[in-house]
Amino acid sequence: MSLTPDLSAINDEIRGYAREYGLDFYETIFEMIEYDELNEIASLGGFPTRYPHWRFGMEYEELSKSYSYGLSKIYEMVINNDPCYAYLMRCNNLVDQKLVMAHVYAHCDFFKNNLWFAKTNRKMMDEIANHATRVRRYVEQYGEDRVENFIDVCLTIENLVDPHLPFRAQPNGKHEESQVEDEETKQTPVRFKSEKEYLDDYINPPEYIEKQRKKDEKKNSERRKYPEEPKRDILNFLIGNAPLEKWQRDVLDIVREEAYYFSPQGQTKIMNEGWASYWHSKIMTTRVLNDSEVIDYADHHSGTMATGPGRLNPYKLGIELFRDIEDRWNRGKFGKEYEECDDYATKKNWDKPLGLGRQKIFEVRKLYNDVMFIDAFLTPEFCREHKMFVYDYNERNGLYEISDREFKAIKQKLLFLLTNFGQPFIYVEDSNYRNRGELYLRHQYEGIDLKLDEARDTLKAIHAIWSRPVNLETLVDENKVLLAFDGTEHKEIALK
Amino acid sequence: MVKRIEKDRSRFRQILRGQIKKELRKYITRGEMIGKKGKDLVSIPVPQINLPRFRYGGKNTGGVGQGEGDIGTPIGRDGDDEGSGQAGEAPGEHLLEVDVSLEELAQLLGEELELPNISPKGKKNIISEKDRYTGIAKSGPESLRHFKRTYKQALKRQIISGTYDPEDPIIVPYREDRRYRTWKTVSLPEASAVIIYMMDVSGSMGEEQKEIVRIESFWIDTWLHYQYKNLATRYIIHDAVAREVDEQTFYHTRESGGTIISSAYKLAGKIIDANYTPADWNIYLMHFSDGDNWGEIDTDECISILENKLLPVANLFCYGQVESPYGSGQFIRDLEDYFEAEEKLILSEIPDKEAIYKSIKEFLGKGK
Repeated sequence: MSLTPDLSAINDEIRGYAREYGLDFYETIFEMIEYDELNEIASLGGFPTRYPHWRFGMEYEELSKSYSYGLSKIYEMVINNDPCYAYLMRCNNLVDQKLVMAHVYAHCDFFKNNLWFAKTNRKMMDEIANHATRVRRYVEQYGEDRVENFIDVCLTIENLVDPHLPFRAQPNGKHEESQVEDEETKQTPVRFKSEKEYLDDYINPPEYIEKQRKKDEKKNSERRKYPEEPKRDILNFLIGNAPLEKWQRDVLDIVREEAYYFSPQGQTKIMNEGWASYWHSKIMTTRVLNDSEVIDYADHHSGTMATGPGRLNPYKLGIELFRDIEDRWNRGKFGKEYEECDDYATKKNWDKPLGLGRQKIFEVRKLYNDVMFIDAFLTPEFCREHKMFVYDYNERNGLYEISDREFKAIKQKLLFLLTNFGQPFIYVEDSNYRNRGELYLRHQYEGIDLKLDEARDTLKAIHAIWSRPVNLETLVDENKVLLAFDGTEHKEIALK
Repeated sequence: MVKRIEKDRSRFRQILRGQIKKELRKYITRGEMIGKKGKDLVSIPVPQINLPRFRYGGKNTGGVGQGEGDIGTPIGRDGDDEGSGQAGEAPGEHLLEVDVSLEELAQLLGEELELPNISPKGKKNIISEKDRYTGIAKSGPESLRHFKRTYKQALKRQIISGTYDPEDPIIVPYREDRRYRTWKTVSLPEASAVIIYMMDVSGSMGEEQKEIVRIESFWIDTWLHYQYKNLATRYIIHDAVAREVDEQTFYHTRESGGTIISSAYKLAGKIIDANYTPADWNIYLMHFSDGDNWGEIDTDECISILENKLLPVANLFCYGQVESPYGSGQFIRDLEDYFEAEEKLILSEIPDKEAIYKSIKEFLGKGK
């Protein structure tokens, strides 16, 4: 349902403030819905319709249960689309609705302007509905179980994509085409042109020609690796090269496309929420709130910003970093001179009235993602002020314990957790391993072992797509091993 | 309107149901479910269903947090936090509480244990009538007209008679095209049943034994509730004397006296006489003891009451003997010797919780 006249007027007002502050967004459409509809939409990843899958049902079951027990409530839901769609829950009070609107406009600004979103499909609302229709059609045609099982398989590997791929120049054609073995014919040895026939033996000595020919032959007989370069976008590789039926290829393609659509949201969680919180706070406290609303607002805002010892709240970290950046650029706390100063008090009271803060944060929201954001703007002062720490699992007592408060360690850990969403990097190295059409994947080891039981199940899923044996090179207890699945049994082979 | 998500949800619940069924044996032998029993729902903790992934293993990932504390201070982690890429290692770390109706649970139990449905005894059962819309007829009240069938019929007729024009697909149903929903009246027997639970609460019955009784009777209850619309339960505890109590007292009383089983059987007989005419009621008698009766004379008495009084009126008499460190366990052997071929008497030894599963099957496997 669209907004009531009251809310519509408020919406106009808040949109005005957002524009005034320089936020730049697509047209934003608010829908007023009931809590169960919101839970439904939230379970479907923000969209009103998705392809049928039990995972969404599970999500819904959890959301509606925790809502009915009063454990959690979703306030805001906004879709990266042009126009942006956002939802308001009917039972929220007026202050909450205002806050959500302000928050949403900043999200929309982020979607529109942040570079990492530049390649996302802005008509995803339609696209996802099309996906749903297509999958439903497959269900009718090939049966529920078959399609569901295949979707399960696809979702198991949905994270095996390359988030940076959209920013590289795409070679022509969407998918990799299987390599065509046509080069052999060209490989006759080079002959120099000779005017006179009798000179030919001198210009092209037979021994030399023979030698060249042998060399080429040898080169040809050497097994050629495909892909030539290791690929991170394993989904794409499988779409292009696995022996799938047409509908399966399409389902895999759907899963991949949606994975790429959602990927920037994962890459900019801290920034996106921080940015939205920064602006709802700014707009609400400087423009919107009246006296009677302050307490409710403060209550809600502080609830959103709450941190627990074992939990890093992206809203909180994001908003504080943006505020810190604004303050630093307002007071000139950056650059060589500032960095090199090692007197704590001087640094703290540093004040060159440059007033570049606002400009800087707009620039940051345009160019950065979470990893870059933390890398560039997390400072020792910030970590100290916000009492940040690293925690680790202590095997002796089975507890998570604070293990470090050093800036370097915090930053390193945070970057590690954010890089590739805290997931391992997996590459496809070879599709003809042992010259038997086996798939060879490699885990780029970063110091932490894979969860082996799940890794085996995942290999099984990939096998279901590839239908030839699948191998994964990784490290287990510091030893290089190959996890292999040949369709019937799992093996672990030690590698040198 | 049915929400789109409902389909996904019911599919998910179907998967869960399979999960529960697979693990039912485990659930049956654990008591925690009983504590979570509501009026008609039981909440069952089921491990969350996760699709496998390549992810980091174990708890060695750690993370970044905020707050006070020196190095070495343990932190309470609230749940599975997103963003840190953490995942539970042991299955069951992230549990879903799933509500299952008692009826569904009984179905699962029935499927898993291959329990036959009970055929209630006696023909004097109250018959209830129910209308079910099952068929289609050519006549009926307009309010029950089946539009789709009617138009289908009209379409058929027009195609056959050649008056259907695909370019201008107008379908006009005639009177004889009309189709109506019809109903059938089905008679459902509504049998009544009573379960009389008897338990030995003498000193030799410890907590563990009672827990077994509790779990076992929970499942028997669940099954019989599913089989009978109208089910009454009565509780008798006994040591040297027997008395009728409520459910709460039944499970929580511990006496120190000796054991005279016949006292309970006599009381059960009295209760039946006073309230439950065997012709109208399906009577289930459940007795749990450690089998350490006081003297042979009383055992003889028990046998005589069973033979003359209880067995003739009961559908089933189930005797479950739990093992206690103190008891001799003689009683079950005495009964076995005497009532070799008696169909209505079911004897089951339940040495530990694991045996509950088997015991339920023994008790309810006859379909009586």
